[in-house]
Amino acid sequence: MAPRKTASVSSRKTAAKPAKKEFTGSNIAEFDRDQDLKAYREMLLIRRFEEKAGQLYGMGFIGGFCHLYIGQEAVVVGMQMAQKEGDQVITAYRDHGHMLACGMEARGVMAELTGRRNGYSHGKGGSMHMFSKEKHFYGGHGIVGAQVSLGTGLAFANAYRGNDSVSVAYFGDGAANQGQVYESFNMAALWKLPIVYIIENNRYAMGTSTARATAQSNYSLRGSGFGIPGMQVDGMDVRAVKAAADEALEHCRSGKGPIILEMLTYRYRGHSMSDPAKYRSKDEVQKMRSEYDPIEQVKARLIEKGWATEDDLKAVDKDVRDIVADSADFAQSDPEPDVSELYTDILL
Amino acid sequence: MARMTMIEAVRSAMDVSMERDDDVVVFGEDVGYFGGVFRCTQGLQAKYGKTRCFDAPISESGIVGTAIGMAAYGLKPCVEIQFADYMYPAYDQITQEAARIRYRSNGDFTCPIVLRMPTGGGIFGGQTHSQSPEALFTHVCGLKVVVPSNPYDAKGLLIASIEDPDPVMFLEPKRLYNGPFDGHHDRPVTPWSKHELGEVPEGHYSIPIGKAEIRRPGSAVTVVAYGTMVHVALAAVEEMGVDAEVIDLRSLLPLDLDTIVQSVSKTGRCVVVHEATLTSGYGAELAALVQEHCFYHLEAPVVRVTGWDTPYPHAQEWDYFPGPARVGRALAEVMEA
Ligand SMILES: Cc1ncc(C[n+]2csc(CCOP(=O)(O)OP(=O)(O)O)c2C)c(N)n1
Ligand SMILES: [Mg+2]
Repeated sequence: MAPRKTASVSSRKTAAKPAKKEFTGSNIAEFDRDQDLKAYREMLLIRRFEEKAGQLYGMGFIGGFCHLYIGQEAVVVGMQMAQKEGDQVITAYRDHGHMLACGMEARGVMAELTGRRNGYSHGKGGSMHMFSKEKHFYGGHGIVGAQVSLGTGLAFANAYRGNDSVSVAYFGDGAANQGQVYESFNMAALWKLPIVYIIENNRYAMGTSTARATAQSNYSLRGSGFGIPGMQVDGMDVRAVKAAADEALEHCRSGKGPIILEMLTYRYRGHSMSDPAKYRSKDEVQKMRSEYDPIEQVKARLIEKGWATEDDLKAVDKDVRDIVADSADFAQSDPEPDVSELYTDILL
Repeated sequence: MARMTMIEAVRSAMDVSMERDDDVVVFGEDVGYFGGVFRCTQGLQAKYGKTRCFDAPISESGIVGTAIGMAAYGLKPCVEIQFADYMYPAYDQITQEAARIRYRSNGDFTCPIVLRMPTGGGIFGGQTHSQSPEALFTHVCGLKVVVPSNPYDAKGLLIASIEDPDPVMFLEPKRLYNGPFDGHHDRPVTPWSKHELGEVPEGHYSIPIGKAEIRRPGSAVTVVAYGTMVHVALAAVEEMGVDAEVIDLRSLLPLDLDTIVQSVSKTGRCVVVHEATLTSGYGAELAALVQEHCFYHLEAPVVRVTGWDTPYPHAQEWDYFPGPARVGRALAEVMEA
């Protein structure tokens, strides 16, 4: 289904004006039943997976760094629903949701979190560092901002090969302050590369709110100096994300160069498992959970339209929970990699 | 005297320095309002205000470049790089500007900055949160490199670093923040409150940069270590029952070569220990120096115990980490030779 034409792509001339919020409220295309059901299931899988990862962490099966995506599920799911086979995805360390949305196996992701042999990086990478050539997922990067330049290179490779693929590079509001992001923007605009830069603005970079760390908090304008159009998107509404994604991907595929989507979203949990998130109020979190939850929005719609019953949705939940439980069992029983494995894949 | 963890000692050093000198400013990612991810700057913004202790965006290159400019005009920035693994975007500024500005300007301008950075592994941090990049600093002429191993030294050395007229890379072994971790990951760590080096004066004092400390006198073999490995070495020595002399370098550059040479000339054997990878690590420099200066006293080849030449892994961390068993094997090896 084609989205209604809504976003005016900001050009160099209009760039100085703060963009109005695009793709929000009623300003978006409806989903049909299949799309809503698909979105529901995919988002729920991520939610349940992350909840389980949090539990396993608490029980000591997962150690080190672990950043949960709970609250932001609509962003990757909406994007993925618009992407084509072959489009590359690259992101930072809050990556479990991206991998599941790409179709990577829950087992392999969970087993990587527990540092086991059949994890995507054979246990050597952990939560932040996983890849899948088959699913066009280029990582999983622990260094804030690094993936933005890499994503730009993927876009260059698409242009060089003359294929129809688009690189989708995710980064956070905090990462948007790294210098190499702007070096990348300049190159992408200069060379008209097919890349969608997705800024997941969840309002915080670790313990620091955007207000404390950024002079221009309308991130959709961050490319304006390079003539890169940008849109603000309600990242809690999977339909808004999908509509914006359709437009952005089409922009790239038609040879118009890079585009920025600022996803207005929210993470419910702390930055990582060790963060009690004392820098924000409980009310703020509660308000987002109760009024904007991406999964509840779809659920309400499905019920209201008579597209699914409570029982139908419970069955979806059961299905998803089974996948997650299986991945958790696997991740606990799979052995650690042999120590000789530490030496593999360093150089040929 | 007060009992302090290494976190509190580092905080106290900044506090004392800010109190004494208005030119000292403290900033970095999550450093102001949040108080730092390891809580090292907690309370400093409340006490000194937002112009002297503040948050920076995630922009390491810009942060360090800005600090260098501030310093050239006479301020004394003490910057926190959240993890040493994040310093690479700033490495250009560190090597090309901070380390060179005195030389390049014939001494007209100097760079009195301190870059504090939590370093090392043993916290299950994996590839991007466990690195020990000290050799990348010691290889650059124009930087000082300090690695404390306990709260008392951390405070005295940090004050000295802030007061130093040149750029100091101040590497804080994060596994030591709360106690003297000796590599036995399956045993509880003694807290600093139960360790004599957790006794720290509340006021101002400084420890000269470039003076090593003998942590355990001995006559059979010299162990040269710094940071976390000091405690690992001490544990290994006790377990092996060897009469080893354990030297805590405290500062890698300038290096207290005299203390090393005196010791090895006496013992005739030397084991060098660090957490960083082997090849081109700082241990190579130490081994070469020992060979140059003590060749005729040596009874055995100098042995290095280090991290493997691999990225820091998520799984099998305790195989990678050069713990007491590996140090013990090296001790046995040099004693047999
Ligand atoms: C170069 C670098 N600097 C700092 C960090 C530490 N760090 C990890 S995540 C993070 C916050 C990033 O926030 P944001 O980009 O908004 O992403 P979010 O965590 O909100 O998803 C920081 C400062 C890092 N990993 N790499
Ligand atoms: Mg953020």
